[in-house]
Amino acid sequence: MKVTAFKKIRVAVSLIFFLFTLSLFLDYRNVFPSSIYAKILFLQFVPSFIKFISLAGIGAVGFLVVLLLTLFSGRVYCSSICPLGTFQDVISFLSRKMKKKKKKKREFLRYEKGKKWWRYSFLALAVVPFLGGTIFFINLLDPYSSFGKISSHLFRPLLIIANNLIAFLFEKMNMYLVYPFEFKGVEIFSFSLALIIFLVVVYLSFTKGRLYCNTVCPVGTLLGFVSKFAFVKIAIDEKKCKSCGICERVCKSNCIDKINKTVDFDRCVSCFNCFDVCPTDGMKFEYGFFSSPKNDKVKIEATSSRELNEHDEKVLYSKRNFLFNTFAYAVGLTGITLSQIKINPKKASKVSIFRKNPVTPPGSKSRTNFTQNCTACHLCVSVCPTQVLQPAYLEYGLLGMFQPRMDFQTGFCNYECNLCGEVCPTGAISSVSLEAKKLTQLGKAKFVKDNCIVNTENTDCGACSEHCPTKAVNMVPYKNKLVIPEVKEEFCIGCGACEFACPTKPYKAIYVEGNPKHLNAKINKEKKIEQKVDYKEEFPF
Amino acid sequence: MDRRKFIKASLVTSGAVAFGGYASVYPFIASSLSSPYDLVAIKGGEPEAMFDKAIASLGGMKNFVKKNQKVVIKPNIGWDVVPELAANTNPKLVARIIKHCFDAGAKDVYVFDHTCDNGSRCYTNSGIEKAVKDAGGKIVSGESESYYHQVDVKKGKRLTNSKVHELILESDVFINVPILKHHGGGKITAGMKNLMGVVWDRRYWHQNDLHQCIADFATFKKPDLNIVDAYLVMKRNGPRGVSKDDLLTLKSQIISTDIVAADAAAAKLFGIDLADVPYINYADELKAGRKDLSKLNINRIIM
Repeated sequence: MKVTAFKKIRVAVSLIFFLFTLSLFLDYRNVFPSSIYAKILFLQFVPSFIKFISLAGIGAVGFLVVLLLTLFSGRVYCSSICPLGTFQDVISFLSRKMKKKKKKKREFLRYEKGKKWWRYSFLALAVVPFLGGTIFFINLLDPYSSFGKISSHLFRPLLIIANNLIAFLFEKMNMYLVYPFEFKGVEIFSFSLALIIFLVVVYLSFTKGRLYCNTVCPVGTLLGFVSKFAFVKIAIDEKKCKSCGICERVCKSNCIDKINKTVDFDRCVSCFNCFDVCPTDGMKFEYGFFSSPKNDKVKIEATSSRELNEHDEKVLYSKRNFLFNTFAYAVGLTGITLSQIKINPKKASKVSIFRKNPVTPPGSKSRTNFTQNCTACHLCVSVCPTQVLQPAYLEYGLLGMFQPRMDFQTGFCNYECNLCGEVCPTGAISSVSLEAKKLTQLGKAKFVKDNCIVNTENTDCGACSEHCPTKAVNMVPYKNKLVIPEVKEEFCIGCGACEFACPTKPYKAIYVEGNPKHLNAKINKEKKIEQKVDYKEEFPF
Repeated sequence: MDRRKFIKASLVTSGAVAFGGYASVYPFIASSLSSPYDLVAIKGGEPEAMFDKAIASLGGMKNFVKKNQKVVIKPNIGWDVVPELAANTNPKLVARIIKHCFDAGAKDVYVFDHTCDNGSRCYTNSGIEKAVKDAGGKIVSGESESYYHQVDVKKGKRLTNSKVHELILESDVFINVPILKHHGGGKITAGMKNLMGVVWDRRYWHQNDLHQCIADFATFKKPDLNIVDAYLVMKRNGPRGVSKDDLLTLKSQIISTDIVAADAAAAKLFGIDLADVPYINYADELKAGRKDLSKLNINRIIM
């Protein structure tokens, strides 16, 4: 096989991984079977690693495969498997096209020195706090999870808006095949984070190729370190190289130095662009774990490279973004910010509700297990059919920001659904059978009589009990033939249907207090209704 | 539909939306049909066979559906549960009704519900989506607020306006197909309670005297036909149900053009005192129909 074919293969493989991963996040109609998620995400480095240590799962050895691949032939993960990497390639590709059109003289890519300090600082920022027990900085830095957040909070809403526009046009023609998706909106802080990462990544890849991967990304740094020992390395064949520098201009990692004829393989993402363009076949593979392409010569310093202001990675949290809301309502057909359904309360409810513990999704076992293992990729948020899973603000504390929680303002957990556990790539939400899920108690419903319509208005309601799948919330006689809710906590699974359905405002008359550790609910078993019917008997009217 | 008709139809529709909204274009029309009976009650058969027989005694579906008319059927598809748990209308019955509509010459038959659980899951697991498609009908989303349009409920006491699904407003024929069940707040659910699934904002009802709102809405648009599925009846833990143990196999069906009469008969079938279901009484007071079954001409069929 000609070596130049490598690039084509790399492009094909990376696009396959990219499109599959992206479509998982865009599948807001749940078209994909749940079994496909684990297969597609098997090789995602950080989630696989977290799953390996959290579940001690033999099935979660994707990261080991990646490490072995790296040890064999360098950063294949970065070139083909990482969705954020391929996303940057797409941007770089567009950048090159645009610059060609404008006939810009300035070279797009050229050799730059490695930014070791930045790289290892970011790696330390991800690793050291993790060893200390918080995954928060991994959540900010993991490329897969960052891509997830971008897809979930930027691409997915765009797709939904497009869907709703098409549905709107169809509706005018009395066609209902494409129908609007009732989008409950994006959580503003996660949206902002996704937007910041998106802008940083787009800027860097537009101007500098894969600089993000070789500055910020801790996975890139780690795999870069491993790739120093890779068996197969890319190098320049000194005899054939004429120092024309074409390779340097196509090197996404800015790691080819045409003057010294070196490839800084630590930063190389094995894209094979250099092989593709070299007119003299001057690129070659070197074999041997410790072979290190010529560092004996005195190096000629490359021209000063621009330092990048990369540290404003940290998110600037604004207050609830009023402008964004206005914009969203103007654009969205259904409103794309989190909004409660408009209701006109007759009387405002008085007793305020303070949830001591947030409710974590079924399969997460406990708050601790969940917050320790969730990398906030927001895949569960993207696929949750009821949109009850929403990124947390400060419910888990500052370091638990962005990790999903059950938000019973936007929805409730569908009794017949266990999708979040099926799709979670890190094991923060483990896969549970439907039967087990239906008896997993995420929290307990608490009834606040002083807020309840039946008590304050003296009219029937029963919305909570109506939605309760286990009848842990039951209507019992109250005064004047009215019925009022009563909670039997042992049957409650904490799905939040009652809280969601409760019509009182601003405070609900029933809410779910989370269980820090999930418990088992009892089965609400009642005697079978007596089947005493005479089908020949006359009607009672 | 050929292109010309299609363009014309869309123009008319958009024109209607542009000038004055749905309410003025599709006013409240009382069904003007002559049938020998006010109500048919049938029992002892399978849902499809009972419907065949009952509708025949009302002169057949052609008495309700004319050639090229647009029909909307509103079953109860509120819950993400399987048909055996009887929280949703029996899909077989829905399919049979659609067949009768097409046999009578209907152009299109639409089916939707504003579900309580996730819409697409309800549609799938209730078996109704498949039944509708197999019967040639069209299943339409009820989960999209853009499909609901503001209308006035002129005779309403507590509910004076509401956002109603456009299929209810636009269709020529409106067939209401509830399933009879126990209901926590409403005591029982049948015809009138089922209409909560054609409006967008149900919380308002719960907050402003549920029973009065149910009765108020019954004055808005009278279904042309109410078919109460009482084959499998949830006797407790309604309207969602917990298990099969909650069900009683009653093998019955009630059909009437009068939604209040249908509910009154359903209540008796269920075994609850009319006085204990306030909305039936309120609706009778609002003259949305008649609750006094003794004054009605009832056809009672035992198969």
